[in-house]
Amino acid sequence: MTTDVEKFGTRNWGMIADLDKCTGCQACVLACQAENNIPINTQDRVERARSISWIRVERYWEGDFPDTKARFIPIMCQHCENAPCEPVCPVYASYHNSEGLNVQVYNRCVGTRYCANACPYIVRFFNYWDPVWPESLRNHLNPDVTIRSRGIMEKCSFCIQRINRTSRKAKSEGRELEDGEIQTACSAACGTHGIVFGDLNDPDSRVSKLKNNKRAFTLLEQFGTDPNVIYLAKVDPHKKGSEEGHH
Amino acid sequence: MQQKRDLSQEYTNRVLLNGTLETPKWWAPTVAGLGFVVLIGLIIIATMINRGLGLTGLSRPVYWGLFITTFVFWVGISHAGIMISAILRLTQAEWRRPVTRAAELLTVCSLFTALVFPLIHAGRPWRIAYWILPYDISRGIYPNIRSPLIMDPVAISTYLTGSTLFLYIALLPDLGVLRDRTTGWKNAFYTLLALGWKGNPRQWQMQTIGGILLSALMLPIFVSVHSIVSWDFAVASAVEGWHSTIFAPYFVIGAVHSGVSAVVTMMALMRWLWKWDDFIRPEHFDALARLLIVVATGWLACTFLELIFALYGQDAPEIALREMQIFQWPWNLLFIIFMVTGYIIPVPVWCVKKYRNNIAIMFWTSILVNVGMWLERFLIIVPGLARRTPFVFTWEAYRPSPVEWAIMIWSFAWVSLLMLLFSRFFPLVPLFEQKESQVFTDDIQIGRAKVPAIVREVE
Repeated sequence: MTTDVEKFGTRNWGMIADLDKCTGCQACVLACQAENNIPINTQDRVERARSISWIRVERYWEGDFPDTKARFIPIMCQHCENAPCEPVCPVYASYHNSEGLNVQVYNRCVGTRYCANACPYIVRFFNYWDPVWPESLRNHLNPDVTIRSRGIMEKCSFCIQRINRTSRKAKSEGRELEDGEIQTACSAACGTHGIVFGDLNDPDSRVSKLKNNKRAFTLLEQFGTDPNVIYLAKVDPHKKGSEEGHH
Repeated sequence: MQQKRDLSQEYTNRVLLNGTLETPKWWAPTVAGLGFVVLIGLIIIATMINRGLGLTGLSRPVYWGLFITTFVFWVGISHAGIMISAILRLTQAEWRRPVTRAAELLTVCSLFTALVFPLIHAGRPWRIAYWILPYDISRGIYPNIRSPLIMDPVAISTYLTGSTLFLYIALLPDLGVLRDRTTGWKNAFYTLLALGWKGNPRQWQMQTIGGILLSALMLPIFVSVHSIVSWDFAVASAVEGWHSTIFAPYFVIGAVHSGVSAVVTMMALMRWLWKWDDFIRPEHFDALARLLIVVATGWLACTFLELIFALYGQDAPEIALREMQIFQWPWNLLFIIFMVTGYIIPVPVWCVKKYRNNIAIMFWTSILVNVGMWLERFLIIVPGLARRTPFVFTWEAYRPSPVEWAIMIWSFAWVSLLMLLFSRFFPLVPLFEQKESQVFTDDIQIGRAKVPAIVREVE
């Protein structure tokens, strides 16, 4: 039997989101919806606060009038090393895999929604209804991604299907994965290259280098969740001590 | 003070079996009415399972609502039984005797009902075998024992098993009585259930030892069940209103508060419906009200401690949550109703001896307590989730849908129906306990008061 390390290597997938580059264009949101077969958020679902959005761009205002500035921050599952959603799931539907991903196993999920209550980032979504797509979009679904039925939780998977596909390809070609070879849907779609995906265990990867940037911070640090998504703070040329500016 | 009353055994048998050997006039229409409500409720539950949880009013941040509130409420009510029959039995409080069975029955029925809620509340209830049953060989995965949602069914099913055994053991002598007074299929039914009860000394000894052992074994459950229910919330470190270390004792004492109040409600109903005035007496209400004053005050202390612990940390989100819970519409109205019904009205009323001995006043104050205790759970669960997180994306309130209200009403009808059905086949006041207290109790003079005390033979 092969050990996990032999099978998967010792990767620790992480993401850097540079808020200085974020324009709030929502291309990442759209790309994610298309890549991951996320059901259409109809008006009814949005009004009932049941819309599903694995990545979202939050807008918030900074400064006092008239010096207010719109700021954006993309928020997706933070793939916490110490994830609050994992210990509470009674059926191990939410668990940590050997590549540092917080994965959601749809087949196990019974829909207690406990994980969603435990998550401080509110990035877990419950399927209150079966997903529906207009007939014209049926053939556009991604065959690599499971369609989630009614009654289960779902969330950002760091595009695990892309990680697996690219890893398999590299293995079949008998070579190591290169840094930057794997692109999640959001990082590929980001027009300003503000989202970078890679292996945090590889000291030479872009994410590892950016992680040590002095602008780096993680969201809601007080909960001790140790997220694998690291943000780089906005640089504000008009403001003294511009390292501030996040939640 | 309690007075020793001389009631003949014949009279005791005749009156206490009036609901079992004959059918009271009101019984059939009430059961039919409740049965109708229960049927409608079951249809609504089936529809909800069929159509999905979209029928509820739950949304994105508020993933738990009325169902979990009602679940916690019924688990709380179930603490009646263990408080009355185990703790008061071990402390030899004599006034417990007429209410032990009713309290234990309430425990079994409310636990049975409470268990339904987490199950129908799941997104895929047909898959709950994965969750509740410890072994699932085909998957090769043991359930996640760290999750309070695994500890819940373990604790509750242990409690349910213990309470059912307790109820049954205490029923044995009365089943013998019923067997000897019935004919036909009823006789066969009671013969089967009575397990050959003859009432010989050895059987009495075993029955008594069994009861005491079960009381002692259930003492840890008294603490564990509601502690574990409270951990459903307390382990969620990111939810400000939930993550509190006081939750376990707070929930336990709150459960005793609501459970014992529910017993008072039941006692008043039993006195009115079956005319058991000679057995369920004002002094029993008096004793329970005194117990309730202590429990309620302890509970109020915990309520304030929870707030103080929350504010002591000077954590901005925590303070914001508390402000919302207490001062912001509509939570402020609920909070006021909760405080007024849970403590401010009942406890001063109970402090007056005249009112403690008034059955109607005791009935209505005990109902008020349970309104307040239901709201307490609601005010913990929902504002905790509907809090204003740093993410504006999730600021949503929660409005329970008619489906949720209907299923909550169903649970009340269901518990009442189960208890009424029980009362038709088994006496609600234990005959043997009543007679035993007649034999054992004597009034002894302590100062100026006459106090009933147990006078047991010394072997």
